[in-house]
Amino acid sequence: MMLTLTLRERPPQRVDMSPLSADQLAGKSAAQVGAIELACGNRKVRVDSLFTVSGNCHSEFEIRNGCDLLDRIGEGMTHGSILVRGDVGAYAGARMKGGHIQVDGNAGAYAATGMSSGLLRILGNAGDFLAAAIPGAHRGMEGGTVVVGGDVGDRVGDHMRRGMVLIEGNAGDYCASRMGAGTIAVWGSVGTAPGLGMRRGTLLLQALPGELLPTFGDCGTSTQGFLALLLRAWRPVSAKFGSISAARVRARRFMGDLANDGRGEILVWA
Amino acid sequence: MRIRDVVIEDTFAEAFTVRTARIIVTARNERWARECALKLTGFATSVIGCKCEAGVERELTPAETPDGRPGVSILLMVMAKDEMGARLVERIGQTVLTCPTTACYDGLPEAPDRLPVGKLLRFFGDGFQGSKVVGGRRYWRIPVMEDEFLVQDDFGMMKAIGGGNFLIEARCADAALEAAEAAVDAMMPLPGVILPFPGGVVRSGSKVGSRRSKAMIASSNDAFCPTLRPVTETALADEVNSVLEIVINGVDAPAIERAMRAGIDAACRDGVVAITAGNYGGKLGPHHFHLHRIMGEGSAAES
Repeated sequence: MMLTLTLRERPPQRVDMSPLSADQLAGKSAAQVGAIELACGNRKVRVDSLFTVSGNCHSEFEIRNGCDLLDRIGEGMTHGSILVRGDVGAYAGARMKGGHIQVDGNAGAYAATGMSSGLLRILGNAGDFLAAAIPGAHRGMEGGTVVVGGDVGDRVGDHMRRGMVLIEGNAGDYCASRMGAGTIAVWGSVGTAPGLGMRRGTLLLQALPGELLPTFGDCGTSTQGFLALLLRAWRPVSAKFGSISAARVRARRFMGDLANDGRGEILVWA
Repeated sequence: MRIRDVVIEDTFAEAFTVRTARIIVTARNERWARECALKLTGFATSVIGCKCEAGVERELTPAETPDGRPGVSILLMVMAKDEMGARLVERIGQTVLTCPTTACYDGLPEAPDRLPVGKLLRFFGDGFQGSKVVGGRRYWRIPVMEDEFLVQDDFGMMKAIGGGNFLIEARCADAALEAAEAAVDAMMPLPGVILPFPGGVVRSGSKVGSRRSKAMIASSNDAFCPTLRPVTETALADEVNSVLEIVINGVDAPAIERAMRAGIDAACRDGVVAITAGNYGGKLGPHHFHLHRIMGEGSAAES
């Protein structure tokens, strides 16, 4: 039986859930898992003081009744999977190195920051700084795949270094700001100033934004062969993006941000 | 052994271990995929003079290629593993990079031996190139006048076999050519093999070394030249007046055996006297393809 943690009531403070990952729970019984201490505000609390613990721990576990105060779920995990029924707080999937996290609800800020491999799937909305670098860091997401079923906040992919972010809803302001590499695809609209300070990387859009920064140059419409590879790779992870025909490889290209090296690109599907 | 009155001599083809890469070229349509493959495999008949041997393994449907476009699978083989990188870079750089609409992918993704190809070709982009990592593989996007050339960062290399062969001994040149064409037609659709010579056929089989020059590593196989019968130690029967050879390179021994079986069977027709094979007494190549075994029991080659 899969290990299940059911949140009994909304915790009084934010809870650091990073000790609960497949790597650290390997071989532990439900009682041992219940005895693990988590940081809750400025106190330490046992897991079983917040959650009802059942089942045995293997590489997969489930968190029920999730809420926006549960931070750092799956931080640093290297394998296994975590299924969250409900919302999660900040830093979901931070520094994730492998495995699979699915959040049925919404995620807070800085989801997937420092992530280098694996899959983070958020069925609801994600907060600001998705796949972005934390303050003081030079690199945001460094690999892996993030799929968001809803909308995302501002500064998606800020300082992003590698990996793919698929947003099936809309994105906020400064999407792909200071991006260094990787791919962000947005199904819906983007807010103000997409690609601000972008050095390299790709921001893929379905439609031309209302206004682009003047530091993006129009390169016209051309065939982008790599889009066929991307579209094939997306089929297993996103029904929406996977539904795009692999033959749809022509796009209008805007290079920028010319104020910051300018080798990034905003591609708008033709 | 006889097949339809054609003698199958009790001998074997002697073949060598080589290294192969599999290059997948895709293009907007079949025409450009074939045009590119034609150039990529040009002047690649024998390692003796061309540094590599290459040929089209088969054409690929859009469903079989990484980007969903028509493509061609090409095998490129060299004798020494440290030669492969240079051959791939020079050939892909000169024939695929230059060909309209094409992209180039590695056809041996599981091979542990990896060689930098796109990683080196990217410098043609003069700093304007970019890369994408998709599915754990890196691809380089090199800007060209048309739009972009997409090439995989590294290519796999594995052991293969080069020099599988059989010789068609016929009463006249027309009969030899017809038999050779029939053999090639039967072998071309088979997977895992290439026939690197023009149209798959060799008229100038060679022997090791030369009677007159120490500098030459190969010279005309006079024992199989009908016009030299009176002045050399001939290997030909009196009624043989023309000999053609089919050389087969393959990814493994079973692939070469399948091709030899199909080719020899197709070549056994009117005007053909005998089928034999080229070898060096078994001293040089570790892979021996015995004609009787292949055409009889169909067992594996000795190696």
